[in-house]
Amino acid sequence: MDFLRPSTLAEALAVKAERPDAVPIAGGTDVMVELNFDHRRPAALLDLTRIEELRTWTPGLRIGAGVPYVRIIDELGAQLPGLAMASRTVGSPQIRNRGTVGGNLGAASPAGDTHPVLIASDAVIEVASVRGTRMIPVDDFYTGVKRNALEPDELIVAIHLPPAPGPQQFAKIGTRNAMVIAVCSFAISLHPNEKRVGAAVGSAAPTPRRARDAEDFLSAALTWEAPKPLLDSVKREFGELVSQAASPIDDVRGSAAYRRHALAVMARRTLGWAWQEYLEGEQACA
Amino acid sequence: MTLTPAELTSAVSGGIGTSPQRPDGNLKVRGEFAYASDLWHEDMIWGATLRSPHPYARIKSIDITEALKIPGVYAVLTHEDVPGRNLYGLEHKDQPVLAVDIVRYQGEPIALVGADHPETANRAVKRIKVEFEVLTPVTDMETAADDTPLHPGGNLVRHVHIRRGDQNAEAEVVITGRYEVGMQDQAFLGPESGLALPAEDGGVDLYIATQWLHVDRAQTAAALGLPEEKVRLTLSGVGGAFGGREDLSMQVHACMLALHTGKPTKMVYNREESFYGHVHRHPAVLYYEHGADHTGKLVYVKARIYLDGGAYASSTPAVVANAATLGVGPYEADNVTIDCYGVYTNNPPCGAMRGFGAVQAGFAYESQMDKLAEALNMSPVDVRIRNAMTEGSLMPTGQKVDSAAPVAQLLKLVQDKPMPPPAVNDLRHMPGGVSNTTHGEGVVRGVGYAVGIKNICFSEGYDDYSTARVRLQMVGGELTAMVHTAACEVGQGLVTIMQQIVRTELGVERVTVLPMDTSIGNGGSTSASRQTYVTGGAVKAACAAVRAKLGDRTDIGDEVIDETVEWRHRATEPLDPETGQGNAHVQYGFAAHRAVVDVDTELGLVKVVQLDCAQDVGKALNPQAVVGQIQGGSAQGLGLAVMEEIQTADGKVRNPSFTDYLIPTVLDMPPMNIDVLELADPHAPYGIRGVGEPPTISSTPAIVAAIRAATGLALTRVPVRPEHLTNT
Ligand SMILES: Cc1cc2nc3c(=O)[nH]c(=O)nc-3n(C[C@H](O)[C@H](O)[C@H](O)COP(=O)(O)OP(=O)(O)OC[C@H]3O[C@@H](n4cnc5c(N)ncnc54)[C@H](O)[C@@H]3O)c2cc1C
Repeated sequence: MDFLRPSTLAEALAVKAERPDAVPIAGGTDVMVELNFDHRRPAALLDLTRIEELRTWTPGLRIGAGVPYVRIIDELGAQLPGLAMASRTVGSPQIRNRGTVGGNLGAASPAGDTHPVLIASDAVIEVASVRGTRMIPVDDFYTGVKRNALEPDELIVAIHLPPAPGPQQFAKIGTRNAMVIAVCSFAISLHPNEKRVGAAVGSAAPTPRRARDAEDFLSAALTWEAPKPLLDSVKREFGELVSQAASPIDDVRGSAAYRRHALAVMARRTLGWAWQEYLEGEQACA
Repeated sequence: MTLTPAELTSAVSGGIGTSPQRPDGNLKVRGEFAYASDLWHEDMIWGATLRSPHPYARIKSIDITEALKIPGVYAVLTHEDVPGRNLYGLEHKDQPVLAVDIVRYQGEPIALVGADHPETANRAVKRIKVEFEVLTPVTDMETAADDTPLHPGGNLVRHVHIRRGDQNAEAEVVITGRYEVGMQDQAFLGPESGLALPAEDGGVDLYIATQWLHVDRAQTAAALGLPEEKVRLTLSGVGGAFGGREDLSMQVHACMLALHTGKPTKMVYNREESFYGHVHRHPAVLYYEHGADHTGKLVYVKARIYLDGGAYASSTPAVVANAATLGVGPYEADNVTIDCYGVYTNNPPCGAMRGFGAVQAGFAYESQMDKLAEALNMSPVDVRIRNAMTEGSLMPTGQKVDSAAPVAQLLKLVQDKPMPPPAVNDLRHMPGGVSNTTHGEGVVRGVGYAVGIKNICFSEGYDDYSTARVRLQMVGGELTAMVHTAACEVGQGLVTIMQQIVRTELGVERVTVLPMDTSIGNGGSTSASRQTYVTGGAVKAACAAVRAKLGDRTDIGDEVIDETVEWRHRATEPLDPETGQGNAHVQYGFAAHRAVVDVDTELGLVKVVQLDCAQDVGKALNPQAVVGQIQGGSAQGLGLAVMEEIQTADGKVRNPSFTDYLIPTVLDMPPMNIDVLELADPHAPYGIRGVGEPPTISSTPAIVAAIRAATGLALTRVPVRPEHLTNT
C-alpha cells in the first residue's frame, strides 16, 4: 500500500486525478477502523493532514474539510452552535481530536452526526478536482447509504455555511450516555430573516434527510414578527411531520417504531428550546 | 467506607489490611503492561481460525488446496490433524477442537492456518472451501429439550430440582412473574491470545492469558495426545477475564500449529473474533411464583428456570446448580419448589461469567420481591428485611448458613446513605448526556433496592484446592521470600494479596511472586470469587510451614526454607438428585445496592445517578482492591441492567463489536457510596469472604427497580431498552 503525503491541495488533486483509487485519509477515525478490520484494502492512502488549506477556517464561513471537531467546538461554537453541538456528541475526546467534518461527509454514513445540522443550516460542500471546483448544495450531496456525490478524482475541500442566523439545536439518541452511534438524531435551525426553518433527521433513513413538510409547516406556523410562546399543537404537529419524514428500519440499535417516536419527541423539544431562545433574544432587543 | 480496625497487625508494612500499590497499576495506566497479545518470538508464525458462518450445518467437505498455495502459509489444519482426543470441555467433553462433520454454532472453529504474517494467515483462511448443508437451528431454550437433538443424549444438559418443605403450601398473597435475562458478554479488554513454542522433548510450552492453567493443560494435553508433563503453561499478561477465559479458546489450536510446523506460533483474536471465541453469560427465562402471608412473610417460592447453554455444555451444569440453589435469594422460605434446566441450543455457547447463575436468578427473585412489596403496600426494603436470612437460616438445599449473613444490615446501610441532590441542569448529568435530548423534560427520578447472594468457591463436592510454595532465603543480608502458585492473576490483584499475606505471616518485607505456571501444582480457577480464599489460604498455610522451620530466627545463613502446601477449603456435598438437598456450598457472600436513576420517560433513556453498595467481605485483606471489585462488579451489573446484550437472531450474533455491544462509560457509571462490612467467617482464612461476584448480582435488579419506580412499568427483561420504556 502506498502512503501519499501531498503538502498542497493542488498536489493532492493531481495525485487524486492520477490515482482515483487512492483513499483520502483525514483524521482516519473511519478509514483506520476499516483497514484494521480488513474491510477495505486500498492500493494507496492519500494523507490530507499536511494540507494547510484543509485545516483552516475563514470568516463567512468556509471551514476546511480537515478541521477537527475539537476546534469546531472550541473556535466556532458561538457562530455555529448547531454544528458544535453535533460535534460535541461525536465519539470520545480522542475521536474529536482527530475526526473531521470532511471525514464525516466522506464516509456519508446515515448515522454521521454532522449531517442533519449541515442540512438544516443549508451548507454547501465545496469539492475540487484538477478539472475545477464544484459547489454542491448539501441536499444533493448524499446519494445513498454511505454514498455521496463525489467523483473519483474529487476531494472535499470545504464546508460553507453562514454563521447561525438564529437559534440552532441538535439532539441525538444513543443507548448510553456517551460514545455512541446515533440511534437517530435531529437538527433544527431557525432562519428568522427569511422566516424559515431548517430541519433534518439522521440515522432514520438510508441517507440523512431534510424534513421538508415539517419545515414548511413550521415556517408558516411560527409568529416571527411578534413572537409568542409556542402552542403545544404546533410542536406536536411539527414532531409528527418530522417523524413522517423518516423511513427508519429495525436494527440492533433500535426499532423503527422507537426511532419514529424519538424523532417526534426530539423535534418538539429542540423546537421548544430554539423558540425560547428566539423569544428571549427578541425580548432583549425590544 | 466503614472498616473495623484490622485485628492482625503486621510486623512490616504492606501486610494484610493495607492497600499497597499493585505492581501492574502504573504500567497498565501508561499502556506499558505486556499483555498476551504483546508476546513475540523470533521466527514465530501466526495462526488464524476458519469459523463457521452457520449456527447449525453439516460439513460436506473441506478443501484446503487453495489455502496451502498461498506463499507464506506453513500449515492448514483440520480435525484430521488433531493428534489426540478431538473433544474437550470443562464438565462434559462435548466440544470438538476442530469441527468434524457438523457445526453447532456460528463461529465454531473448523480449520487453522499458520502463516508468516497475520494477514497472510487471514487470506489463507478465506481460501479454504467448506461445503455446508445448512440445517435449521434450535434457538428456543424453553422448547430445546424436546427439539432436534444436537448431541447424543438430547438437549437437556442438566435439570436440578429442589423440593423442600410442603409442596402444596398455600398463601394469602400470590405473586407470579416471567422474567428474561439477555446474553451478557464478559467484554474483557484484552482479547484471547497466546504463544506456543514447540519444545525439544516433543512437548510444547504455551504462554497464555487464561483463568485456570491446570485445566487448560489437562484439556490441551488430551487433545494433543501428549502426557501432561509435556504441555507446560505459563500465564501471560491477562486483560480481564470475568469467566470468559475458563474455557479453552486458542490453546490447543496454537499448540497444534506449533507442533505441526516446528515453529513458535502466536494467535491473537481481534475484537469481533473474540465475541465468537469465548462463552457468554447464559440468557435465561425464569418463571416465579411467590406466596406470602399478609405481613409479607414468604410462605413458599416456586420457580422454573431455563438457562440457554448454547451449543456446548461448558460450565452449564454448575451454572444450573447455582441458579437453582440460590434461586430464592438471601431470604428464608420453608417451602421451596425449583426446577432449573440448562439446555443445548445452536446459540453461542454460554458458560462462566461473574455471578454465574446467581445473576439470572437474582434479577427474577428481586423483581418478585418488589412486586410483593407493591401488592402488600410495603416498602421494598421492609419486605426484604421481613424475609432476610440471618446466620443459622436454612438454604433451599437444607444447608445451614453457618457464618454471618447480614442481609438486613446491608439493606439498612444502603437505605441510610444520603440521597443525591436533585437533577441539575447540566447535560452531562442528564439522561442522554451531551447528546442533548432533554433539559429536564420528561425526567423522573426513581429509587430501587436489591440484595443478592452468591456461593463462594467451588461447590457440590468438587475437590477444590490450591497449591502454594513459599521459599525463604537471605538476600543481601535480609530475609527474602518468594511465592509460587499456578493461580492466575487476571487483574483482580492476586499478586499483591499473596505478597501481603507473606509479609504478615513471615514478617518479611521483600516478597517476590514468581510467574504463574504449571511447574507447580494446581491453583484452581480464578473464578467463583475464590482465589483470595483458596490460594490465599494455601499461601498462608505454606507460610505456616515455613514459619515452623524458621522459628524466631531472622538470619538463616545459607539455609533455604522451601515449603509447598496443598490447601483445601472444607468439603462440600453433591445435591441429592431427587430433592436437591445437601451441603453443597462452602460459603455465601452478600451485597445490597440502592440505585437512584433519572429516567427520561418520554425517550426511554436512563441515567443512573447514584449507585450505593454495602457488602460483607469478612475481612478486607486489601481494602482498596475490595472497593475496586465492588465498583467493577456494580458497573457490570449496570451494564446488564441498561445496555449490555449480545443480540442473536436465528442463532447468529448481530452485534459482535464494541460499536454495538455497549458497555458503560465513565458518563454512565455514577459515583458510589460503599460500605464494607468485615464480619469474619470462622471457617475461612483470616475470616475472608469472596468479594468479586456479589456486587454484580444486586446491582442489576436495584437499577431496574429504580427505573420501575420512575416509570411505573413492569419491566421483566434486562437489559431494559428504550423501546421497553416507550412501548415502541
Ligand atoms: C470510536 C469511534 C467513535 C465514533 N463516534 C462517532 C459518532 O459519535 N458520530 C459520528 O458521526 N461518527 C463517529 N465516528 C466515525 C468518525 O469518527 C466520523 O465519521 C469522523 O467524522 C470521520 O472523520 P475523519 O477525519 O477521521 O475521517 P477519515 O477516517 O479520515 O475519512 C472518512 C472517510 O472520508 C473520506 N475523506 C476524508 N476526508 C476527505 C476529503 N477531504 N475528501 C474526500 N474524502 C475524504 C475518507 O476517504 C473516508 O472514506 C466514530 C468513530 C470511532 C472510531
